[in-house]
Amino acid sequence: MNAAYEFVTGPLAWLAWGIFLLGSAYRLVSMYQLAKKKDASSIAFMSWGYSLRSIINWLIPFNALGWKKNPLMTVATFAFHICLLAAPIFLVAHVMLWDQYFGVSYATIPDSVTDIMTMVVIGACLFFAGRRFLQSEVRYITTGQDWLVLVIVLAPFLTGFLAYHQLLDYDLMVILHVVAGEIMLAAIPFTRLSHVVFAVFTRAYMGSEFGGVRHARDW
Amino acid sequence: MGIQERLIEDVGLRRGVSRLTPDIIEKTVNAVLKGETGARLKAYAETCMRCGLCADACHYSLSHPGDPSYTPAGKVHQTMSVLLDKKGRVDPETFYGMAQIAYTECNLCRRCVHFCPIGIDTGYIMSTVRRICHKLGVTPQYIQDTSHSHSATVNQMWVKDDEWTDTLMWQEDEARDEFPGLRIPLDKEGADIYYSVIAPEPKFRTQLIYQAAAIMHMAGADWTMPSEPGWDNSDMCMFTGDFEMMGRIKRIHFESAQKLKVKRIVMGECGHAFRSIYDMGNRWDGWKMSPVPVIHSIAYFWELMTEGKIKLAKKYPGPVTVHDPCNVVRGRGLHEKLRELVRFLVDGDIIETASNREHNLCCTAGGGVINCGPPFKNVRVAGSKAKAEELRATGVKTIVAPCHNCHGGLEDTVHAYKLGMEIKFLGDIIYECMERPEA
Repeated sequence: MNAAYEFVTGPLAWLAWGIFLLGSAYRLVSMYQLAKKKDASSIAFMSWGYSLRSIINWLIPFNALGWKKNPLMTVATFAFHICLLAAPIFLVAHVMLWDQYFGVSYATIPDSVTDIMTMVVIGACLFFAGRRFLQSEVRYITTGQDWLVLVIVLAPFLTGFLAYHQLLDYDLMVILHVVAGEIMLAAIPFTRLSHVVFAVFTRAYMGSEFGGVRHARDW
Repeated sequence: MGIQERLIEDVGLRRGVSRLTPDIIEKTVNAVLKGETGARLKAYAETCMRCGLCADACHYSLSHPGDPSYTPAGKVHQTMSVLLDKKGRVDPETFYGMAQIAYTECNLCRRCVHFCPIGIDTGYIMSTVRRICHKLGVTPQYIQDTSHSHSATVNQMWVKDDEWTDTLMWQEDEARDEFPGLRIPLDKEGADIYYSVIAPEPKFRTQLIYQAAAIMHMAGADWTMPSEPGWDNSDMCMFTGDFEMMGRIKRIHFESAQKLKVKRIVMGECGHAFRSIYDMGNRWDGWKMSPVPVIHSIAYFWELMTEGKIKLAKKYPGPVTVHDPCNVVRGRGLHEKLRELVRFLVDGDIIETASNREHNLCCTAGGGVINCGPPFKNVRVAGSKAKAEELRATGVKTIVAPCHNCHGGLEDTVHAYKLGMEIKFLGDIIYECMERPEA
């Protein structure tokens, strides 16, 4: 077990972070080059002001028309993304690992809170899955990719939850948790999770078009 | 559920696909995807999270509750997603359905933009599907006819050169009974205003030219209309996917104004023509913005109002509701000017539809859909059920709609859903209510 733990927190972790960071950088650079080559008539209209205007307005819950018309989805999406980012970054145990390996330490969120945040992420994943099953307009467009990324995102939180509460074999759960987290990181550049790196640009572009060309709100 | 269960026979689509094989389709799809699309389409295809929020955006899906094949993402799922997944290799019958979706079940109105957190432009994706259809010769017959007309005559309605000037002189002659000094000045070099219209005006809505001339005359405008091709600002090629012709006719339009050394172009109450000059045609020709200043009639009438150049003898009896055409409102932000103008012209309130301003529901005629003609009329009218319900809820008798296509669509909607409403252009109201000292 120890050797396995050493492996997944050592070489495998480097690999996962490497794929995530270098892969994301590669995707961004190649996408930008493709845009420069093929989408000049779009790039010409990019504007910082209108990009930010659009991004900020979409980051406010219930501000955009789409959020207003789907209150349940709005709550689920915002709660999911906030908890998904904040819980692992500020988890006491994770910060301790940063400290242990790199001597880096920063603020943490108490375990009682991250525990709830984890449950929020798991709950939101179940909600998203439920929509894919039950809502016809979502079921109709759901593909294998969509289920795949849902499982990829759910796994580290589910295993983390089980490990923290020591509900099943703790040692095994921790290893599975680490592996699941690494799979998620490595999957970001090459699955639908790539919206992590691209969404800010698609949003910015739409904001620029609506602000600069169409003189109208895009939210 | 899906397009294959609701295919409609159209001569143009049928003849088009009869010439296709999976090989031909594959070759053309990939030529367009590789040659004409880039990061934009790639990012849209990859990052659409399939969340389904856009289902509440589209009037087609709102009008067909429970049928997800009409949602924006559902339509992409049946068209571009398939082309990308199969690397362009689909059979001709499948392609027929894709063309039908792209041309007749999406108005390119972009309301879904307000619902997509990622910022995906379904209108662009559908335009790209249409581009592929055009290159494969699979276009609905009626709209293709208008596109051919653009190619042959530089106007949309096969109006011959002599018929054009004859129509203007005829309208001038008619109007001089009512306004003795009125002129429709042809080819006046250096005029302040070059007034351009869409070809359906001389063809069958001639009174609009009459009214515009009357308004220009009473406002004391220094204006002109060109006698030669270039006078038609409309652009059905933009909607068929014939971007080469889109660029050509836009260039001729702008150059016609430049030859006359006018200060700016004022466009009649048309939506799509406006889209063509500030968004699509200009880009194809390499202009970031139009090379000649262009304003829409809404903005022009608004200017006349603020300068005190529209003098009303009476106000139009209200209350009214306002229909916001997508290409001038979601497309160009003219909604507040439109409302200020309507408040000036109308005696009574504006009763807003539930979805208004940028969030307005489309008339279901735009984006070339009404131009696909009678075979698709019933689908179009069925798709405007949501719009009809919003209009009915206002309880008013008058819809102000400053766009030709919206008029065509709303007339069918009002009739089919027995709304008992009349539809007015701004020009109709101004003409009816303005002072006529010379009369």
